[in-house]
This record gives sequence, C-alpha cells and structure tokens, in this order.
Amino acid sequence: MSNVPQELKYTQSHEWVLASEDGQATIGITDHAQELLGDMVFIELPEMDRELDAGEECSVVESVKAASDVYSPVAGTVIAVNERLADAPELINEDPYGDGWMFRLQISDTSQLDDLLDATAYEELESEE
Amino acid sequence: MKARKTPLYQQHIAAGAKIVDFSGWQMPIHYGSQIEEHHAVRSSAGVFDVSHMNVIDLHGTGSTLFLQKLLANDVSRLKNPGKAMYSCMLNENGGIIDDLIVYFMTDEWYRLILNAATHDKDMAWITLQLEGCADVNLTERPDLAMLAIQGPEAISNFTSLLSKKVADTVAKLAAFQACEVDDMFIGRTGYTGEDGVEVILAADAAIDLWQRLMKIGVQPVGLGARDTLRLEAGMALYGLDMDETTSPLVSGLGWTIAWQPASREFIGRKALETEKRQGVEQRMVGLLLTGRGVLRSHQQVKFTDELNGEITSGSYSPTLARSIALARVPAAVKTGDDCVVDIRGRQIPAVVVKYPFVRHGKAVIETEQL
Repeated sequence: MSNVPQELKYTQSHEWVLASEDGQATIGITDHAQELLGDMVFIELPEMDRELDAGEECSVVESVKAASDVYSPVAGTVIAVNERLADAPELINEDPYGDGWMFRLQISDTSQLDDLLDATAYEELESEE
Repeated sequence: MKARKTPLYQQHIAAGAKIVDFSGWQMPIHYGSQIEEHHAVRSSAGVFDVSHMNVIDLHGTGSTLFLQKLLANDVSRLKNPGKAMYSCMLNENGGIIDDLIVYFMTDEWYRLILNAATHDKDMAWITLQLEGCADVNLTERPDLAMLAIQGPEAISNFTSLLSKKVADTVAKLAAFQACEVDDMFIGRTGYTGEDGVEVILAADAAIDLWQRLMKIGVQPVGLGARDTLRLEAGMALYGLDMDETTSPLVSGLGWTIAWQPASREFIGRKALETEKRQGVEQRMVGLLLTGRGVLRSHQQVKFTDELNGEITSGSYSPTLARSIALARVPAAVKTGDDCVVDIRGRQIPAVVVKYPFVRHGKAVIETEQL
C-alpha cells in the first residue's frame, strides 16, 4: 500500500501539504498519485511570486503515461520551487514527500489548512478509489 | 463485461505488476518502472505477455485465395513454410479494420495474429467474408498463450532454456520466419525494434516458460513499455495511428499494399486506387520535440497558417530522453521542417524527422537534432 505520513495534510486531488509555524506550506503530490501516474518525465512548476487561490491549477506533472494538473491546496504566494525537478522529475517517484516536493507558498489565510484532509481521511479516500 | 485474464495473470501479480484494464483484459501496465523495463529490452532482454492478442488459424485448400481477397498484402508472396508478413485488413473504402501478422505454414494452413481490442469486429468481418467459401475453416485459438521475448539478449536467453537441437533451430530462424518445435510455435518477430521471438504455446507451457525466464533474470515488461518501444521503432498502433477512417496510404503503411498483380481484387483496392489517382493528401511523419513537454495523441501540429496536422501517437522516448511522436500531416511537409505543437495551450517547437527513431538499441535519427 502507498505511504501516507501522519504529519501531513491532503487534498481530494492528491496533493500533500506540510505547513510550518511561520505560515509557509510545502506542497507535492502523494505517493498514491505518483504510483498511479507512473514514471515522471516532465514537471512544469508555478512561477515565483505568483499569487495562487485555493484550488487553482498551477502546475503539471507528466508521466510517460499521462499529463496531470496539480492544484494549489491553499491560497498563497509562491516563494520557492523545486528546481531539481527540471532535470530529475523521477524524484517525485522516488521520494514524493521529500526530494520530490514541488513548490512552497507563503499562505495568505492559514485557516484554509483546516479544510484539508488529515492522513486518516486521505487513506479512506484512497481505499475508495 | 467480466474482465478477462490471461493464463499468466498470477505470474504478473507475483512479479509485482500494476494491473489495468485493456479492452476488457486485466493486463500488466508495468512491474514498478516502465522506463526501466524499456531500457532492459533495449540493452538486454524482456518478456511480454501478449496472450490477449487474437490468434486464428485458417485451414483448407481455399485459404490462400481467401486471404488474397481479405488482405491488402499478398500472401502468395510467402513461399517458405513459416514465413510471415505484415498486412492491413481493409474495408471497401480502403479504411483499416485491423493490422495483423499472417504466417504461411502450408498451402492449407495460415495463422493470423490480430489485435485484442478489435477482436469482435475482426471476427464479424472475417466471418462475413467467409460466407460462401466452402474450402476454408476458421478456428480461434483462445486456448493458446503468447509470450514475446525481445532484446539483444532475447535469443541467447530463450535458447539457453531449450534442448541443443531446438536451440540451434531457433538461433537460425530468419527475421519474420517461424518454426514449430516441442509444441511451441516460435516466430522471429516482435513489436520493439529489437531482435527476439514471439512464442505461441499452451497455457501451462507458457506459465512454465515464464517462470524459467524469470529465473534467469529476464525482465518482465508491461504494456506501458510495449508502447514506448514500438513508438521508438516507428511501428504504428491500431486505433491511434490508423483506424477505419484512414487508409494505409495516409498511415505510413503504403509499403504493405501489394499492387501487383493488378488482377488481384483485394477488398479496398478500388478505393485505394481512387485515392492514389486523386493524389494522397496526407502522410505520416516522425516528430521530435525540441522544446520541453510531452507529445500526445490528438495534439495539433502547425507548420504554416495553411499547413496543419495532428499527432496520432506521442510519448516520451526513454532511449532519446526526449519526446517523440507520429503525426499525420499534409503531403507537402518535408523531413527537417520546423513546426509548433499545441501542448495544453502552449506552442512548443518540434521538427520533422524520419522514423524509426530507434533501432537495435541506438538512435537512428540525425544526432545533431538531439
């Protein structure tokens, strides 16, 4: 079964969020999502300083099999992107919650974090698929 | 509809396969990484379960005449027992009902391998054409399994499992030549651009062969890598690169039409002759993406304001580490022409290249384009 770390928050669309106390959020796609998509070959990341709404389409992950949109789980400003993914998209397959992170936001409204799924709820979602 | 499983299904599960539905069949898409499986076939050897494909036998003295009518290629060109050819099966409009391999075994026995996804319409069409042909008997062979063993080490790996006498026979097989030994039907054919064999055999024997191949370290390969391997090899895929609305002439398959003798009235001939006389307006080309992204089926290709085409199948090429595609474009387009492809709303540059892109493990497109 796929790995669902307890300390993260999740979305219905298979992104994960690691929120820090200074109001930042690191975002990637889940182990389950990378497993479904298969070998990654091309990642398009959001531009720096872009303002994103919660649920806004902001990135694309392409595997050999298919392209899939990535949505921002919460509203915020892009403050970092994982540039290693340009040459090593396979990091998302190898380490989706670590080296395969995608972008980091300065969150505009931290209360939106409460709308996300916890690990238990995300595991349920996975098992329904 | 109940999902069908091949006799190898439990072997796939044991090898860690991710299973997907493929035209009603539960088939392995990959066993962990389709890119690694792809590289294994290019550099050493891999084995594919292709038992979902439709194997049919035609027996009877009327078989040759029947196939000369049914197929756009001419089976009378097959002289040696065991020799195979690739052909399209056309409708009256010259559209492709399916593409297939036909083996000539004797004057009274041919074996055809057709696609799984087109099984029902193929059988309906062939049965219809058989009406009134008293001296041809059609037998479907769902009892048989099929394994494709492909790669530069495919022959040595496979023959290491055979008796010396049989191994010698297999090693001497010419390309597109099959033999029957030890209850196995072994053809030197494949869908990868590498050396190898396709082996048709009973279900129990297939499981045994699969397990022995696993034991000597042959990589199991899923449908995912099968698609990227055939695309690199420039081999058309039914349903994407051709269908009932496209003729072989606009599908890069004109070479498979046997025009001579002119007296052979195969189904679709008249339509093809008309199309040729009026001028074939489109052709298939290879595309190499020079910008970043991945080419996919149905993306629009633009050369000039007037000249536009469409990608029929595209993917990422693990061998070239670039995206490649087959595209149907206006006949005026030339190798080396630049174009832009609409990838999800962005205009990404690409260039027309000759295909195949890869053969026997090596890039065969102009290297300065990489």
